[in-house]
Amino acid sequence: MNPPSSNVPELYERDTAPFKLLPTRPFYWSVRRELLEHRSIYVAPLAFAGVILLGFTFVLARLAHTMQTISSLDPAHQREALAQPYDVSAGLIMGAAFIVSIFYSIDALYGERRDRSILFWKSMPVSDLTTVLAKVSIPLLVLPILAFAITVTTQAIMLVLSSMVLLAHGLSVAALWTQLHLPLVLLMLLYHLVTAHMLWYAPFYAWLLLVSAWARRAPFLWAVLPPLAIGIFESIAFHSSNFVSLLDDRFSGGSDAISSMMGNFPFHPGMRLDPVAFLAAPGLWIGLIFAALFLAAAVRLRHYREPS
Amino acid sequence: MTVIEAKGLRKAFGSNIALDGIDLRVEEGRILGLIGPNGAGKSTALNAILGLIPYQGELRVLGRDPWAERDQLLRDVCFISDVAILPRWLRVSQAIDYVAGVHPRFDRGKAETFLAKTSILRTSKVRQLSKGMVTQLHLALVMAIDAKLLVLDEPTLGLDILYRKQFYDSLLNDYFDRTRTIVVTTHQVEDVEHVLTDLMFIHRGRIVLSSSMEEFESRYLELTALPAQLPAARALKPMHERQVLGRSILLFSNIPREKLAALGDLRTPSIADVFVAVIGSSAPGSQGARL
Repeated sequence: MNPPSSNVPELYERDTAPFKLLPTRPFYWSVRRELLEHRSIYVAPLAFAGVILLGFTFVLARLAHTMQTISSLDPAHQREALAQPYDVSAGLIMGAAFIVSIFYSIDALYGERRDRSILFWKSMPVSDLTTVLAKVSIPLLVLPILAFAITVTTQAIMLVLSSMVLLAHGLSVAALWTQLHLPLVLLMLLYHLVTAHMLWYAPFYAWLLLVSAWARRAPFLWAVLPPLAIGIFESIAFHSSNFVSLLDDRFSGGSDAISSMMGNFPFHPGMRLDPVAFLAAPGLWIGLIFAALFLAAAVRLRHYREPS
Repeated sequence: MTVIEAKGLRKAFGSNIALDGIDLRVEEGRILGLIGPNGAGKSTALNAILGLIPYQGELRVLGRDPWAERDQLLRDVCFISDVAILPRWLRVSQAIDYVAGVHPRFDRGKAETFLAKTSILRTSKVRQLSKGMVTQLHLALVMAIDAKLLVLDEPTLGLDILYRKQFYDSLLNDYFDRTRTIVVTTHQVEDVEHVLTDLMFIHRGRIVLSSSMEEFESRYLELTALPAQLPAARALKPMHERQVLGRSILLFSNIPREKLAALGDLRTPSIADVFVAVIGSSAPGSQGARL
């Protein structure tokens, strides 16, 4: 029998103390940190939703009148007349999320260096890879999902309010519920968010994150000016605009073929989507490779950048 | 167990050599003070130990390469630095939640207990706290982590004496337990004088003195020489001499107490006194080596 010396049990206990954390916990908490730091991620889309609902009360005020005047129209035109506020709400919330994505990404790895809190974050056992992945997940996952959830909720509220108004006027809600095709259009919105905002725009966000990890100051200028300079150089030197049209393609969803594969806004029930062709488009994969390279460079920069 | 081992640790920023091949060995259960003037290389050494900067030479912290294995290492290493600023938007409660979320060795109860002794409110944001309170909060977070090595880089810079005293008191009473190891750099040498077990002077990227506090205290003696005995005292080759109020104060290294006792008043010099002597002699002309 070994009589334990005074400090052995304690050492033993400390060395074998099991890690009670799952490997995904640092990632989860890194994402939560971003939501705590950048409240605009959810405040901005929610504020837009609030404004939309406020504006929708004016639509509600004349809804009974609208329903009576459009009842003579054919179904396609009926839908057009009814769906406009729903399309606007989806577009505005998505636009808010997109703008927040851009401003968030450009600040994500710059802000923590500017306020010098980076050494605090780096004093925690969270790798640079986990940190960068948590940050890029905000524009790539959190904001699209949030935009979708807020849109669904907003449109559900709009539909319920509309129905209440119509019923109060003794009118039928059948046309409203059948012509809007809300579930289908929302599904298309989700498809659009995944294809365009998550996959097609990924290299944009990755580029912004890279610049925000690299720039000593004015990251926004560094994100915008070099591409602009390349475009100007090309147009002066070669009288061509390949680089600019490349960026334009990427931004607007590219050729008509690509953008129709992702779904053109506003969506309508008859729209044809082509996920297979989208996934087969080389532009998608080239973009994703660039996104991965930019992110890898951002991770490396965060690792190598010396504390100042 | 050896906590930190460095051989020929070197770091240059361009043409400026911050660390000029230092050797370092810190055993478990020690409290090492790294003392040196501004720009001596203290923070560079600590940053290398924490895996925040790449370096040349050999360095092992808790058996790991800090640059390559930073995130694994940081499960067992904590640090507070004057420049590791807590984010200003963070609430105290969120800070506790976050560290509890990412750190496998964080004990929430301990952090709450430490905070209860302060006047810090759970709902305050860091921006609303005074500098002293931010340091208290950071210390509470770090002390609640069951780490093997704690690195403190100028942790009390800019704090008043009350906070500084409290800081080191809590560190000794509530944290240090002889199985942990602490490395601290500070300009306020007098604050840590009675806290340290080991001492290292670093100057121009080199270690110019390295000793345990027991060795230090038995090795150095300061003599306020009687005017008549001054030539005899000087003959014993003091490492440093200075004039205070018209009297000569001589600092001796490794001279037996009996030999000096007859020449004037003896006392054990402070770290600051020896620091000035050591750094002053290694840098001719720079008499006012500041601490």
